[in-house]
Amino acid sequence: MCTGRVDLSFVLRAFSKGADGVFIIGCRLNECNYITHGNFHALSMVHLCKKLMEHIGLNPARLMIEFMSGGEGILFAEVMDDIGKKVNELGPLGKAEGIDEKALRAKLEAVTQLVPYIRLVERERLRIPFKSEDEFDTFFTSDEFNRLFNELIVDKLAISQIMLLLRERPLSTVKISEILGLTPSEVSRHMNSSSRQGLVRYDESRKCFALA
Amino acid sequence: MGRHPNIEVLTYTEVDSVEGEAGDFKVTLIKKPRYIIESKCTGCTTCVEYCPVKYPDQYNQEISDNKAVHVYFAQAIPLITYIDESCLYLKEKKCRICEAVCKNNAIDFNQKLEKVEVNVGAIILSSGLEPFDPKVKEEYRYGQFVNVVTSMDYERLLCATGPYQGEILRASDMKHPHKVAWLQCVGSRRVTPGENSYCSAVCCTYTQKQVILTKEHDAEAECTVFHNDIRSYGKDFERFYERAENLPGVRFFRSYVSIVKENPETQSVTIRYSTPDEGVKEEEFDMVVLSVGLNPPADVQGLANKFGIELNAHGFCKAIPSNPMETTRPGIFVSGAFQGPTDIPESVFTASAAGSQCGELLDYRRGELSKERIYPPERDVSQEEPRIGVFVCHCGANIGRIVGVPSTVEYALTLPNVVYAQEQLFSCATNSAQQISDLTKEKGLNRVVIAACSPRTLEPLFRDTLREAGINQYYLDMANIREHCSWVHAKEKEEATQKAKDIIRMSVARVCRLKPLQEFDLPVNKTALVVGGGIAGMTCALSIAKQGHEVYLVEKDADLGGTARRIHSTLDGMDVQAYLRDLVRKIYQHPLIHVYTDATIPEATGYVGNFVTKVKSDRGVTEIKHGAAVIAIGADEYKPTEYLYGKDDRVMTNLELEEQIAQGEERVMNAQSLVMIQCVGCRNEDRNYCARICCSNSVKNALKLKEINPRMDITILFRDMRTYGFSEDYYREASNKDVKFIRYEPQDKPQVEAVEEEGRRILRVTVTDYILGKKLAIDADLLSLAAAVIPSAGNKEMSLLFKVSLGPDDWFKEAHVKLRPVEFGTDGVYLCGIAHYPKHIPEAINQAYGAAGRVLTLLSHDTVTASGSVCEVDEDKCISCGACITVCTYGAIEFYDTPQGRKATVNPVLCKGDGLCNSVCPTAAISLKHFADEELLSQIDAAVGDF
Repeated sequence: MCTGRVDLSFVLRAFSKGADGVFIIGCRLNECNYITHGNFHALSMVHLCKKLMEHIGLNPARLMIEFMSGGEGILFAEVMDDIGKKVNELGPLGKAEGIDEKALRAKLEAVTQLVPYIRLVERERLRIPFKSEDEFDTFFTSDEFNRLFNELIVDKLAISQIMLLLRERPLSTVKISEILGLTPSEVSRHMNSSSRQGLVRYDESRKCFALA
Repeated sequence: MGRHPNIEVLTYTEVDSVEGEAGDFKVTLIKKPRYIIESKCTGCTTCVEYCPVKYPDQYNQEISDNKAVHVYFAQAIPLITYIDESCLYLKEKKCRICEAVCKNNAIDFNQKLEKVEVNVGAIILSSGLEPFDPKVKEEYRYGQFVNVVTSMDYERLLCATGPYQGEILRASDMKHPHKVAWLQCVGSRRVTPGENSYCSAVCCTYTQKQVILTKEHDAEAECTVFHNDIRSYGKDFERFYERAENLPGVRFFRSYVSIVKENPETQSVTIRYSTPDEGVKEEEFDMVVLSVGLNPPADVQGLANKFGIELNAHGFCKAIPSNPMETTRPGIFVSGAFQGPTDIPESVFTASAAGSQCGELLDYRRGELSKERIYPPERDVSQEEPRIGVFVCHCGANIGRIVGVPSTVEYALTLPNVVYAQEQLFSCATNSAQQISDLTKEKGLNRVVIAACSPRTLEPLFRDTLREAGINQYYLDMANIREHCSWVHAKEKEEATQKAKDIIRMSVARVCRLKPLQEFDLPVNKTALVVGGGIAGMTCALSIAKQGHEVYLVEKDADLGGTARRIHSTLDGMDVQAYLRDLVRKIYQHPLIHVYTDATIPEATGYVGNFVTKVKSDRGVTEIKHGAAVIAIGADEYKPTEYLYGKDDRVMTNLELEEQIAQGEERVMNAQSLVMIQCVGCRNEDRNYCARICCSNSVKNALKLKEINPRMDITILFRDMRTYGFSEDYYREASNKDVKFIRYEPQDKPQVEAVEEEGRRILRVTVTDYILGKKLAIDADLLSLAAAVIPSAGNKEMSLLFKVSLGPDDWFKEAHVKLRPVEFGTDGVYLCGIAHYPKHIPEAINQAYGAAGRVLTLLSHDTVTASGSVCEVDEDKCISCGACITVCTYGAIEFYDTPQGRKATVNPVLCKGDGLCNSVCPTAAISLKHFADEELLSQIDAAVGDF
């Protein structure tokens, strides 16, 4: 099993279970013991996951990745000490960010639901052939990436969150926008497209949206 | 090895005599009484606890004490006790406490010396070496100053199973030394009586290792190494040297030293040394480590007489360069350091190489005596509730002294589905493994967690243990509470114990989810393909063919021979061209070897035991089916861009000079003055490695020239002369014959200009002489550059074809630098010669036979077993998007047509189990068995707990 096997869903699972930090260690970049260089896949996943965390209001610094070899014991110890300190400083997950526990769970659940879709998008639009950490940094902080992220993922994530809310009980547009911190017009847009796809229906009598 | 059905291990046994001849030796062995009945002893060491006799521990260099009855060392095979001559009963007929406390009645004082006769076809001498004893020279003050220790003593001090459990302590005050000095070349490179003239070849690098480990023990430690040349000539050693040198508080001084005095109060030791800037200085150190060299094994003459073999002038086994594994007595081979000073990878080459030569000798009756392991039938437990057994290992004191093992056992019993838990001293000991399999049967366990060390080394053993118990071997999980816990949390016992519990909880969670997996047997095609027809490739091909296997030998050039065609002699006088002619003739004459010259390989597919490779030559394209492949494609010579090379025809490379010497070129024969510059094109930023062979080659050329024209002025400009091993004698000879050696620093390289003076065209070489402390100008007729050996341009292509990897300098990367140096991570593909790293001809021959030995291990079997932990596709979920196919670098996944449409399918033999496909599959249709989502998620859940 390679670092590249470390899945977005694993990281989300750890946060869902209340981990305050997740740290991934891979072999040194470009020094793959095999021919796979899967650690670049892990690096890409980490960048994407950080962006998702940021989007749902979690501090992306809670997710970390480092590359080192089995011979670098001293480096490993230093890095682990640093990380221990850093995670302590970041404080408890959710609370430090001012998100209540229930909302946090719902947000992480919404992202988790989206994982299959994110995999498709990642392969089609976000896979990059770069071979250095710097190039990854540049790409994932670029306007181009931001644009793709907004275009491909943001709306889907909002809808995913709405669906999870509606699974519990029917809600009005205003209520949804309050809970998710979106503008009512954004929510309306999502509700329109979702009802067109037959995912939700409008309950006239209760003036609420419910799952179809 | 202790568990191999075809290996019988006889410890505490000596060879008495050897009669007979190759193919039929009668060896008389003397089995010394260990006073322990091997079959009854469980290795519990209760007897050791109660034994009243304290005796200096031989294994720990007599630094700490052991008992009269003891286990020799923590990983001994067999892991049982023996009683040595310090025993009170053996000396004075009293005590016998051990007999009383042994619950298994394993002690037997009536054991007598036993003579055993064995009949064997061949013998391999791997008698190893003896560290140099510095007591023979008073000036080392060993045994006189208590804080002067040898590197062997220090090695034990550093070790977790050492005299102070891995703490470095001074014998004088049991305190940690803060300032430590290493003195290099103790017993080596010295012609004074009692010492050795050769270079021991391993000390520079082991000292660097000790420095790095010392800094890991104590980041503030000050480490100083006093050395002559630094000989880090092995693969990746240059980087290792840099790493050690650049650590804070580490100094390397090039200076001879003397040990002056001991501080009467602190017992610290004063050393006198010289510096280029400040002259002679004295400095006090808390501890001084003598980096002792390697001597031949103890009583080597007795050994030689017993086996009827000859020794060389240094007392090591006399070997011929064209086959360093051969002794002077047919049928007796040699491997390891008895050949001469060698490090681990070389010892492994020669071990496998000696094995291959035994194979050549005895192939006609291969397999006649072999036994196979028979396992009980596997019980189907897939429908049962998990019943988990947890075994927590003390690893002697490695785990037990940090982690509260009993409390982890108690904790394990509280975990869901755990029905049994216990502690063990060494879970890996034969008797402990037996206990695990017995208890598994007795308690009806269907899953096992071993909380011990890394699965990397011992997982195969414990899987085997489960098979012995009739349980699928994949129902095992190892909780690594040693490397991941006790070794790194030595100072936090409580937290370490908590962490061990967490790790065990995770393992228990995972083991519940594990599925029984089947490994399967694949047929093995008995043919080998050898790529590269140089000395390594040919030697390897011939050894394989001599053991009855067909070999296809593919060479890109028109002729066989490789780089060796340009080499005429070796330092020890081997006639390379004559040897080469003979080897080529043997290759062409062998009926099982098919040679393709002027050939390329457009395509290679398949997997271990079943490769298909296309070879394109003037015979067209041939498709070869083979079970094993050997990569021996050699290396290239660096074409210098410096020192006027290519601009002035008087500047040449070492290889060009050698050719011109062989041809008797007049301008070379008649030159008045010749300069050689070492380290051209390597040991720099672009190529951060030492090309290993150039120093000896320069000395070889210099000696040749001096023989032809004793009046020729020869100057060698070097950084470190790396004439390691026995080559040191030739370096000394050159120096005695007035070849001048001048050291230069990399930041102040020699300057070369072509000038004309008094009608004579000369090359003026300017260099700073650090001993004289001034610039020298040498007027030379010719300049020879020790141009680096560089990786072949074809390496990249070959690595893609055979799916093998290259290291940071583009040399082929072996599966493990030390332990598996002739094979690749890709099964069925092997490596030898200078494609692996630069090496001398005898070394390439060692490795070539070594690769042949590994190839035979594969080809001599009818089947090979493939792992059960590979990917599989759930076709109902597969949407044939192809994401998995794109991401698989091994080409293990392809589409195939089903009635439900196109679906992905995995070739389990090609799958390496990296699992990248799992994280890209949008429908979770593909799953890596043994590392499936639910197995890993259950571990994450167990690690984090709940909100």
